[in-house]
Amino acid sequence: MPITTLLLLALCLAFVSFVIGRQKAYAIAGANGGTRALHSLPGHYGLMVGLWCALPALAIIIGWKLFEGPIVSSMLDSSIPQAIHDGGTKVVDLYKNEINNLATTVNIALETDAVKQAAANRLITLRSYSSVALLILTLSVAAIGAALAYRKIKVDTHARPIVERIVHFFLVASASLAILTTVGIVFSVFFESMRFFQEVSIVEFVTGTKWSPQTSIRVDQAGSSGSFGAIPLFLGTLLISAIAMLVAVPFGLMSAIYLAEYASARTRAIVKPLLEILAGIPTVVYGFFAALTVAPLIRKLGENIGLSVSSESALAAGTVMGIMIIPFVSSLSDDVITAVPQAMRDGSAGLGATKSETVRKVVFPAALPGIVGGILLAASRAIGETMIVVMAAGLAANLTINPLEAVTTVTVQIVTLLTGDQEFDSAKTLAAFALGLMLFVTTLMLNIIALRVVRKYREQYD
Amino acid sequence: MKEPNSANTPPNNGGVKRDTTALVKATLKRRYAAEKRFRWYGIIAIAASLAFLAVLITSIFIKGYPAFTHSFVKMNITLDADTLGISESPTDKELRAANFAGVMKKSLRERFPDVKKRGDKKALYQLLSNSGEYQLHDLVKANPALLGQSIDVWLPADDELAAIIKSGSDLSDPSSIVTRMSEQQIGFAKVLSDAGETETRFNKAFFTNGDSREPEQAGIKAALIGSALTLLITFLLSFPIAVAAAIYLEEFAPQNRWTDIVEVNINNLAAVPSIVFGLLGLAVFINYLHLPRSAPVVGGIVLSLMTLPTIIIASRAALKAVPPSIREAGRGLGASDQQVVWHHVLPLAMPGILTGTIIGLAQALGETAPLLMIGMVAFIVDIPQGFTDAATVLPVQVFLWADSPERAFVEKTSAAILVLLVFLILMNAVAVLLRKKFERRW
Repeated sequence: MPITTLLLLALCLAFVSFVIGRQKAYAIAGANGGTRALHSLPGHYGLMVGLWCALPALAIIIGWKLFEGPIVSSMLDSSIPQAIHDGGTKVVDLYKNEINNLATTVNIALETDAVKQAAANRLITLRSYSSVALLILTLSVAAIGAALAYRKIKVDTHARPIVERIVHFFLVASASLAILTTVGIVFSVFFESMRFFQEVSIVEFVTGTKWSPQTSIRVDQAGSSGSFGAIPLFLGTLLISAIAMLVAVPFGLMSAIYLAEYASARTRAIVKPLLEILAGIPTVVYGFFAALTVAPLIRKLGENIGLSVSSESALAAGTVMGIMIIPFVSSLSDDVITAVPQAMRDGSAGLGATKSETVRKVVFPAALPGIVGGILLAASRAIGETMIVVMAAGLAANLTINPLEAVTTVTVQIVTLLTGDQEFDSAKTLAAFALGLMLFVTTLMLNIIALRVVRKYREQYD
Repeated sequence: MKEPNSANTPPNNGGVKRDTTALVKATLKRRYAAEKRFRWYGIIAIAASLAFLAVLITSIFIKGYPAFTHSFVKMNITLDADTLGISESPTDKELRAANFAGVMKKSLRERFPDVKKRGDKKALYQLLSNSGEYQLHDLVKANPALLGQSIDVWLPADDELAAIIKSGSDLSDPSSIVTRMSEQQIGFAKVLSDAGETETRFNKAFFTNGDSREPEQAGIKAALIGSALTLLITFLLSFPIAVAAAIYLEEFAPQNRWTDIVEVNINNLAAVPSIVFGLLGLAVFINYLHLPRSAPVVGGIVLSLMTLPTIIIASRAALKAVPPSIREAGRGLGASDQQVVWHHVLPLAMPGILTGTIIGLAQALGETAPLLMIGMVAFIVDIPQGFTDAATVLPVQVFLWADSPERAFVEKTSAAILVLLVFLILMNAVAVLLRKKFERRW
């Protein structure tokens, strides 16, 4: 039975228990002179029974699914010939994989031997046993839970506090999930990176200038040792992000100043959402546009003035990324500029300054910390942006700061290293996690600084 | 400032004390010019950004809209059992193996009897898409009585032929057409088109097929279903959890260090690059928990972790906007803290929460990078049937097609982008409407 059906079944049972529990509460109330006699509302009694039914059942299902795989797999060991066992864990895993394929694909006749077929049949039997056992266990646990709670329903059962305690726990757990996500990110990226740094020294990774992650399969193959010097990637990322910021900051900032200081309320109401569309367009669309329209255009322009421009130039990717970031810069700066107290503008105007002088010499300096915070947030977005560079920037790790040449970035390399089939313990795949760690740490630091600056600035005028 | 009164200005005694008004007046022109220029910078910045938006959308629309139509060629097909290599009353298995390509080639030869050389014939055969075979197969399967008869059918043209027919190119001047077809093939096309045996119709296949290596057979249905399944998981996970987290943080959390950490954490998570969430998904869900690769369920989990911060932040803002008097009134009537939240605060905050949720989901719908990490880049022909089938999503399909060398995939890519944008616009429109309709100022 598929897990979704089982979950739905458990939910239905819980609902039935809720109804039954509430009915009993009403019955008891009726016998004691109305619902006022009860400690809690009838619905609370129903919820209590429903939760007692659903929660243990859910726990059983989740626990079962977590441990089912390894247990079934170890039970299969006896069906595997001794010769395979002698070959070590990798061979056994491979063999089990084949058995698994055999057991799942029923229709396709794979060529196979009798031992494997027998093992596959055993696997199918084991799985069906497991599925039936899970069904029975879940249903009985749900029933027992509901029955226990049902018996507890009395006039003075404190159903509401019980239910509210469970709900409160759920609320706390949900809020803590954010922490769990961060911990998950840190652990997954960190541990895989540590495995990588056991093979490649961290010094080589951070200071090396040659990046070619292709490791060979045979030892004697040409170019067998991949080199993992990440400097070209860092430089490429910086180059493209810098181009993006060169586009985004002037355009974004000037738009924000115009919208906040000059535009009429009507213009503002129309232009602001239009600008924000730019932020809502999926990055894969920008990538497609950069690769197909902007890059050839820049190339042709370069040819016209006698420059050779690579078709995957950093300039194309950077420009398009900058345009994507304009709304981030403009809406963050807009917030900050409108937060500058009106009295400061009035004071400046009273001394005879023109509007632009007021903006440049009074409002802008006052808003500067907030604007810098916003620009840092935008920069962290540029560094972490993936699809535009995957589609429009290059793959070759050139060590250059010439914006007309192709460079590659950290995110491009993560994607190329991890898409397609790969072994999970080669230095090549682990390198992606090391790059991910660098990316995570860099953007996290930028974000923390930016958020702190913005927050501090807000307090200044509150 | 406009008309300085000279009577009030102090007399200029020997150039020691200079006339400020005159000084200001002298610089006024320059300052006003600077003012004007500054204003124009703002207008130019906004105009340039909006112009780019317009160029982006128009260029994609122009490239994409031809993909919504496809050209068909009228062929007289003789379905004789001999050429098909099947018996008079074939079984399903025989039909599947039947040589429908043979009858198509034969009818092309009959249409152009002058073509004799082998190379020329090969060029001729390339006019029709081989998806015609499936069309003929379905036709015969539905009505076996057609066997042995000669029928007129409209068969889909090959993508190159379709491209020149759809663009309305002047077929009598082959040198003016940018295509991979030879002059000879364009000559065939001219004969067919002059005889009125070509027609351009709505391309249904684009919406009913999965991916394909042949551009004229490639469709977005598999990706659309994949997106729907993924987004459903994302919604089911992120909505309740985000609302619960927002309620806790806004209504129940004590002011202490732990709450502070959780808050800072959520704000930081909102700014973590999406690809890092993909790495998390790969390491934890695929490699550690052994969930299936390329499956909507994993994609949905990863995307919901990514959208959680967005929805939490929006929900908190919505909860905060509900005035404290509502809570006090509820408590005054004897409701418990949770009853106040569930019965009064949450319903009032719901429009804002839903708006935030829709915006978060729209973000998730357009997301590509984390899904590449968990293997949703597979080549998916079959429509996914469930949450654990291999699937791809619309933006990833765009990415895959954008990488394809065939020219016809450019229009497919743009068309898929248009479909994606339509969904995004719809979702955002719903969010805006919700906000407009239910927003309350207290």
